Amino acid sequence: MTNLALAATEEEKMERFMEKIEKGIKIEADDWMPEEYRTTLIKLISMHGMSEIMGALPEKEWVPKAPSLHRKLGIMAKVQDEMGHGQLLLRVAEDLLKPYGKTRGDLMQDLFTGKLKFHNVFHAETRTWGDAGLIGWLVDGAAIITQTDMLNASYGPYARALHRICAEEVFHAQHGEAIIMALAEGTDEQRAMIQDALNRWWNSLLVFFGPAAKETLGTSKQDVTIKYKIRTKTNEQLRQDFFTKYVPRILSLGLELPDKTMHYNEEKEVWVYQEPDWSELKAVARNEGARSQARLNLRRTSYQTNAWVRDALAATIS
Amino acid sequence: MSNAENVLSPEYKEALKTLLFQLADDDFLLSFRGSEWLGLAPHIEEDVASSSISQDTMGHAAMYYKLLEDLGEGNADALAHARPAEERKNSVLAERVNGEGYYLETPEYDWAYAVVRNFFYAQAKKVKIDSLRTSSYQPLAETAVKVSMELYYHLMHWKLWFTQLLSSTDEAKRRMNNAIELVMKDFGDIFSYGNAKDAIEKEGLIAKEEELKANWTERMKPVFESLGMEVPAIPAASEKNGRNGEHTEDLTEALTTLSEVYRLDPAAAW
Repeated sequence: MTNLALAATEEEKMERFMEKIEKGIKIEADDWMPEEYRTTLIKLISMHGMSEIMGALPEKEWVPKAPSLHRKLGIMAKVQDEMGHGQLLLRVAEDLLKPYGKTRGDLMQDLFTGKLKFHNVFHAETRTWGDAGLIGWLVDGAAIITQTDMLNASYGPYARALHRICAEEVFHAQHGEAIIMALAEGTDEQRAMIQDALNRWWNSLLVFFGPAAKETLGTSKQDVTIKYKIRTKTNEQLRQDFFTKYVPRILSLGLELPDKTMHYNEEKEVWVYQEPDWSELKAVARNEGARSQARLNLRRTSYQTNAWVRDALAATIS
Repeated sequence: MSNAENVLSPEYKEALKTLLFQLADDDFLLSFRGSEWLGLAPHIEEDVASSSISQDTMGHAAMYYKLLEDLGEGNADALAHARPAEERKNSVLAERVNGEGYYLETPEYDWAYAVVRNFFYAQAKKVKIDSLRTSSYQPLAETAVKVSMELYYHLMHWKLWFTQLLSSTDEAKRRMNNAIELVMKDFGDIFSYGNAKDAIEKEGLIAKEEELKANWTERMKPVFESLGMEVPAIPAASEKNGRNGEHTEDLTEALTTLSEVYRLDPAAAW
């Protein structure tokens, strides 16, 4: 635009943008947005999307092994949903990436090179059927808590995707809880299976919400995401919500909390718990978790093995 | 023929159970193979679609096992998970591995094989289901109607893949033609009723083997013609007839995996 009088300056655009954010007006894919907002969203949503896709892999390990016809059907449907969420979210991320000329293929490459991360919980190994239940119950349970907090995210396409995703995640948590309850009401070996799974996953579940303050790891996106009303609660508030919801349920199933020091401080109205080992998060950020490389390798290999299929499809379209 | 279990003649019941095991084991094993593909399909959209098909297929297997349970054969989960390889009545095609490597390591599965196996199998299943809709055993006829509704979409899905890949790059055509050859080698027992042929065919449970084969070829013709190809001939017999409990090592390995948790405690509720 040559007419300077009519052209809105960057500051004016920013002012209008923040006004919309404050008023709760949704930002849409084609709207003007500051670079920081776009890059924050890309990082958040592509990580969320890729985590759904990489998150299908640990559970997938137990799909063929599910112990009954009913469980086989349930877990197949559950993992399929996760892939579907991944697809939905990558579509949202792809729109945001357009100005940079990047595509889903680039996101996949970023995943392979380690530039794009996936959630810490999906780097862990799954040892027993108890893990398959626990992932559905508590990992999805934790995800519901963080995602519900973003249902009113300022970015419309993400908020709408989350509405669909959360509706399905509730089923997943019920699916996981049903597996866990069957085991809890079962034999000694079955009960031992879930206690063992809980003990092994506890640290990852706490780490999942992120550090309370950026001093813990040196970086945190929580301030930016709150400023732009993408989310409302801090990492610590979300972790506390998780405890409030799940600690009573864990205890009611006759399971023991892996953290023996954990208690609720009535006066301060907070759960007091042992700080998780944050080195886990640093390790998975470098893709050095127990199963990080194996799962990345699985995805990379299948991507390469199937390259001829994508080429063949591209040839029939053009 | 009445459907109340207690008035079925022993011969009829025997033939019916054999047929049901063939149908159930076919879908159960193929769905298991599909579940190994989970997360590894050529693109995410396909992962969602083929996973949905595997679920439907597992659901069909569960319906057949339930019919067997109703006939007094024992618990459906036990029928699915606890029977050894030599008692399985699935076709060899359904048990074959997806390609190189174990699913928990870094397998290199062959998408061309997946497309051809699933398309040819879905078409075979379709001609069987069409016949089963008028089965003399009413509960099976009712099941066929339910299966039919979902099978329509499975067939459409695999047919699209089949024609697209065979009308594309030279590499795709080469891989698809290899896959056709591989699948047809195992196609000899797909329409076989094994040693129960005479018993099954005379009870009006389902059409005769030869009639189903002819129907399959007839349905395949337009698809192949549109690609300038000829429908491959169904082998008269295969080296192993799965309907008689003759199987490959692939089945033994599949059963070990799919029943691993079940076998920890078959009496427990999972």
